[in-house]
Amino acid sequence: MNAQFAPATALSGPTMVGPVLVVSGLAKAFDDRRILSGLDFTLAPGQSTALIGANGSGKSTLLKCLIRLIEPTEGKIEMLGHDVRALAPRDLRAFRAQVGIVWQRHNLVPRLSVLSNVIHGVQSRLSGPRAWFQALAPAEVRAEAMLCLDRVGLADRAVARVDSLSGGQQQRVAIARMLMQRPAFILADEPDASLDPQTGEEVMALLLGLVREKGLSLLMISHRLEHTLAFSDRILGLAQGRIALDLPTADADAAGLRRFFDHQEAS
Amino acid sequence: MTDLPAPPPRFSHRSLPEYVAILLVLALVVSSLAATAPALDKLSRGVARLFAPSGMLMQMFPPDFSRIAPISWKLLETLQMAVAGCFLGLLLAIPFAILATDRLSPHPLVRHVARAVIALFRTVPDLVWAIIFIIIVGLGPAAGVMAIMVDKIGFAGRFFAEAMEETDPGPQDALRAIGASRLGTIVSSVFPACLPSFTATSLFALEKSVRGSAALGLVGAGGIGVDLKVAFDLFNYDEALAIILMMLVLVIAVEQGSGWIRRKLI
Repeated sequence: MNAQFAPATALSGPTMVGPVLVVSGLAKAFDDRRILSGLDFTLAPGQSTALIGANGSGKSTLLKCLIRLIEPTEGKIEMLGHDVRALAPRDLRAFRAQVGIVWQRHNLVPRLSVLSNVIHGVQSRLSGPRAWFQALAPAEVRAEAMLCLDRVGLADRAVARVDSLSGGQQQRVAIARMLMQRPAFILADEPDASLDPQTGEEVMALLLGLVREKGLSLLMISHRLEHTLAFSDRILGLAQGRIALDLPTADADAAGLRRFFDHQEAS
Repeated sequence: MTDLPAPPPRFSHRSLPEYVAILLVLALVVSSLAATAPALDKLSRGVARLFAPSGMLMQMFPPDFSRIAPISWKLLETLQMAVAGCFLGLLLAIPFAILATDRLSPHPLVRHVARAVIALFRTVPDLVWAIIFIIIVGLGPAAGVMAIMVDKIGFAGRFFAEAMEETDPGPQDALRAIGASRLGTIVSSVFPACLPSFTATSLFALEKSVRGSAALGLVGAGGIGVDLKVAFDLFNYDEALAIILMMLVLVIAVEQGSGWIRRKLI
């Protein structure tokens, strides 16, 4: 394995110093169908938290509710000191700028270069043509984007079209774009889902490395048991829209977690 | 050997309203042909006149290129009208298309209005627009440019909107989640994804503009059409053929050029 992607050691046990996320009574229903029911949990800063659950348990909905890409039906969300549900549209944009998201599908703009895609991350704090394409970006933005690319090991592919890269490389570009955003909190929706096992492990190690190096908080949906155990400090298990498990990773055992990875048992 | 299943009936049963609808369509076709199609004897007499020694077709040959210099300048003006009108039309089609796209429009009401305007611009023929703009800006190429512009907003606005409608929403969602502005999301995510489609539509629009601009002169909106009309009015059929042939060369050149660009870019 590339030394850059050597897995960081997961810390054990939560460190409750000024929570970065407090969720209370969060619920979401689509028409008459309840997806999330009265969720309550708190996340401490500088931790990697794995969110696990079977298909349809509401993991992705929860992640999207946290930054109001989906509007929650009821409940309260306090994240990075913001009452998220009370934010006006302009403030919501400013808040979202502090939250980096790594999607299951990398969601890059396919016809553009790697560097332009990374520079898009600066749109969190810079607007106008300077943030649209690498050719128009100021020198300091280009330099920062190259640093982010270097962090994910792709500085040498800056001018390549992003759709010419492999799936793993594209996911690393998406992480570089997220770094360009200078986030305080990272949400990751199965970042390893479409990757082969080794590349998936590299991406997970990269994310945990960011948590350790920069003291960022990470809440990631994980669909692989081994990654959950290796790359998280704490595990939250969702079943039928409720928190059914909350424990430090060090206290978890594979057998007890398996039901959250089995659709049949969980539903 | 088992019995083979019976084949289904040749024609499926239709309801009475369906039979009535079919009869109405047939009646419309037959009455339209009877009311407007030329009678065969008239048509044959006309064709015979066309090929007679004093007929139009015979007088067209050989084509008269004696006024090739002024005709060439008018042809250039026609091309310039097409390029200017098309450029302005494509430029203005973009905001109309954005407002007409489900995902990008700020409000459903705005979307409906934008779609209605695009449909209006597309439905009214460019010759009618030319007449309207002649009333507004007077005879000459400016009216032609305006007519082409409006026609192209209708043409490209629809195709641009459809292209933007079909783009993958993932990158747009990702930029929205970053906190990018609506304009930032559109320019840095939607436009690059639509570039091949936009290019193809723009080149088709240019071809259509060149063909259309030649006809606009017939109503006084500038370009080579004016000379063509004068040549026909003065029975200078040989000069009219020369103009038609030069228009043909221009249209083919533009079509070949745009085809080449399409192959290179897309």
